[in-house]
Amino acid sequence: MADVKYETHEHDVLVIGAGGAGLRAAIEASAEGASVGLVCKSLLGKAHTVMAEGGVAAALGYVEPRDNWKVHFRDTMKGGRYLNQWRMAQLHAMEAPDRVKELEEWGALFDRTADGRILQRNFGGHKYPRLAHVGDRTGLEMIRTLQQHGIHCGMQVYMECTVTRLLTDGERIRGAFGYWRENGRFVLFRAKSVVLATGGIGRAFRVNSNSWECTGDGQALAYLAGAALMDMEFMQFHPTGMVWPPSVRGTLITEGVRGEGGTLRNKDGKRIMFDYIPELYANETASTEEEADQWLRESTSGSASKAKRTPDLLPRDIVARAIHSEVKAGRGSPHGGVFLDIHSRRSAEDIKRKLPAMYHQFKELGDVDITAESMEVGPTAHYTMGGIRVDPETQESGIGGLFAAGECAAGMHGANRLGGNSLSDLLVFGRIAGLHAARYARTRSAPSPVDAGEIEEATREALAPFERAEGPNPFLLHDDLKDKMQTYVGIIRSEADLKTGLDHLERLKEASSRVKVDGNRHYNSAWHQAIDMRNMLVVSEAMARAALARKESRGGHAREDFPDMDAGHYSKVNITLRAGSGGMQVEETPHPDPPPEIQTILDEKE
Amino acid sequence: MAEKNATLKVFRGDAEGGGLQTYQVETYPGMVVLDAIHDIQAQQEPSLAVRWNCKAGRCGSCSAEINGKPRLMCMTRMTHYPEGEPITVTPMRSFPIIKDLVTDVSANFEMAKKIPPFAPRPREADGTHRMQQEDIDRIQEFRKCIECFLCQDVCHVIRDHKKTSFAGPRFLIYLAGLDMHPLDTLDRRQLAKDEFKVGLCNITKCCSEVCPESIRITDNGIIPLKERVADDFYDPVRWLVKKVAGGPQKKKATLPMFGDPLARASAATPVAKQGQRAGEEE
Repeated sequence: MADVKYETHEHDVLVIGAGGAGLRAAIEASAEGASVGLVCKSLLGKAHTVMAEGGVAAALGYVEPRDNWKVHFRDTMKGGRYLNQWRMAQLHAMEAPDRVKELEEWGALFDRTADGRILQRNFGGHKYPRLAHVGDRTGLEMIRTLQQHGIHCGMQVYMECTVTRLLTDGERIRGAFGYWRENGRFVLFRAKSVVLATGGIGRAFRVNSNSWECTGDGQALAYLAGAALMDMEFMQFHPTGMVWPPSVRGTLITEGVRGEGGTLRNKDGKRIMFDYIPELYANETASTEEEADQWLRESTSGSASKAKRTPDLLPRDIVARAIHSEVKAGRGSPHGGVFLDIHSRRSAEDIKRKLPAMYHQFKELGDVDITAESMEVGPTAHYTMGGIRVDPETQESGIGGLFAAGECAAGMHGANRLGGNSLSDLLVFGRIAGLHAARYARTRSAPSPVDAGEIEEATREALAPFERAEGPNPFLLHDDLKDKMQTYVGIIRSEADLKTGLDHLERLKEASSRVKVDGNRHYNSAWHQAIDMRNMLVVSEAMARAALARKESRGGHAREDFPDMDAGHYSKVNITLRAGSGGMQVEETPHPDPPPEIQTILDEKE
Repeated sequence: MAEKNATLKVFRGDAEGGGLQTYQVETYPGMVVLDAIHDIQAQQEPSLAVRWNCKAGRCGSCSAEINGKPRLMCMTRMTHYPEGEPITVTPMRSFPIIKDLVTDVSANFEMAKKIPPFAPRPREADGTHRMQQEDIDRIQEFRKCIECFLCQDVCHVIRDHKKTSFAGPRFLIYLAGLDMHPLDTLDRRQLAKDEFKVGLCNITKCCSEVCPESIRITDNGIIPLKERVADDFYDPVRWLVKKVAGGPQKKKATLPMFGDPLARASAATPVAKQGQRAGEEE
């Protein structure tokens, strides 16, 4: 190839991804005095964090004084079926309140309690009302606050820029290579340390709640650079996505609807969740409608309830599978979901005030007035618990100077994430990653020199789709991938299905290597799609292989051939994946047990 | 359900020119204009450029002009328009075009940097900030803003008079929100008047009409801001009080000083020329 032109930028810390985790990391690294570059695939402030609705979980104890970090920690570990990295869950629960208060310091305006403090609402799997929120647009408030604070911290923001390769010397990070979406020109970032904060992989599924950006970029970049992925079998299907009309299938309906009193019913009008209370949650969940209603009435009016919680607010994996079962048994709604009813539970005025975006979304896109009619809801691919394996104290991956935070990192949520814990995750671990990336950068006098061959290879890979005379259309390949992941690596899995899925992934990988793009590099959506496909295929394969390896059902991984949670072997291992000479290598790594003083907290009964 | 077709006329082109191209798409229940654009992209014109993210009206990326009216493509149902008549989709007119439906909105990000950030008073002794819900309701309305920039697109001060120094509706409500924030300690009124030119708005309310979040931009944001600025500078009683009492309680804000924290492709390298072949470098 003729000598390739590219521009070069140099930073102490390069943050890839500008959602909540990336912005928080960039703010922290800037505060540490580092020169920071922040790369976003979209415009600043448009990342998927903006879609978060219900709230950010933090044991502030403003609504329920009995709440504290230990309860939050216990809820998180239980929700994750104890496969979480205990140290991450502990740091998260301890630091989340400070991170939320800090946002207030930067201008965020959360809804208030009667005495003027931050109001907190109920959410699935959280023992007490814990989610600081702004109606049902909490993510928007958070990303805007971080953005408005961040642009005054001195960081350099690279908008609409996509990274296609991380550059390493095998052991340490050297930088990253990518292109400007606008004109297709290449760009090299030399950096002493890099933070990946690229979010999830929802776009690999047919029915999903994710924006186009969620194509598993960080996981794939890290994997291709030699880092390990972990817990990839755990995919969260949010129980309540829209199911009708087809245009909006999968679009998220906040768990806040149930937090505000909404109930799930089947076509016979029966409240379904009382039939799906698992043993693990039996002692804290109401078994009668009367008790559930008493709890809802008391806890949504701001007073502490002594009744047990409604089963409508069981963790997401349980609720999603319950809906799946109802539909399969023929008790679903006309379009293949179940009914979510808030109109008979709260006044029209309350609904419009507490859930304005939901009201608007259904009215405009679904022709449903949620103050008068039930919503039709069903599971939608939402969140990846798995991701890049990191050190719990620093968020550093196995590659020196490469850090990861937020959804693209693994460990915090174990087998299932509780609602509200992702917004707190990205604040807590975004900060930790930014801090340690800046500290790491201080130990290096300059970014390591970049290998010219590596850059040439990266450009050749990126430009290959233009060179071919013919080949498949990248949009149609993506469609194909979404169907296959939905069918074979979806909410309920089996060995036969997963193997079929892996065969399809092999076929798609081959097809993807022949993809052809017309036109030039000037804002070429087909080219962008072709490049994103590589990442989606890497991460999809990791999900399928990990799912095949875990022969049990736990959290966001359900096997019909192994329907029970294993108290033995699989409760003691995490599945990790890394690139080997013969392709993707699957390993079991021992799950770290908490030390006795932490185990005591987990064992505590209230 | 019988399949129906719709006709779209979509702008294709870039800074050097272009025109409307006609496409046929198959419609289905609930379909929005962004779905139609995606179908054209997947099946007919893979290189069609469109900006979008969430497809749920939350991120404000897919702004365009549909039959001449600024709207979010993801929140505009195909059935909003008479069956059988073509739907015209063009890029936002007030911003420089990049390609097809994508425009250069970077001026908005530059404007955001100029506004001095929130500066809170100290916390209460118990470590909290106390605010009453009714005192923040009106600011929370402004903070619903998804930065789709449709208000900037429709504002005739920007659209027709090309006043690039004018902050525009989006940033005037941001200023209004800071001004009304119970914890904030900075007085940005002088800047609102001199730098952000709040006086140029003549209250035609076009911005409020196109806001997909139904924010009453003019009534609740800009007019109160204008009044606050006028009170400060033109009210003789306040002027006298200030003179005697020694000025306003809030600290006066000045423009922040910056390097260039927001880099863009075109700022660093020129946009590729139309017709430039893939893979070629000059």
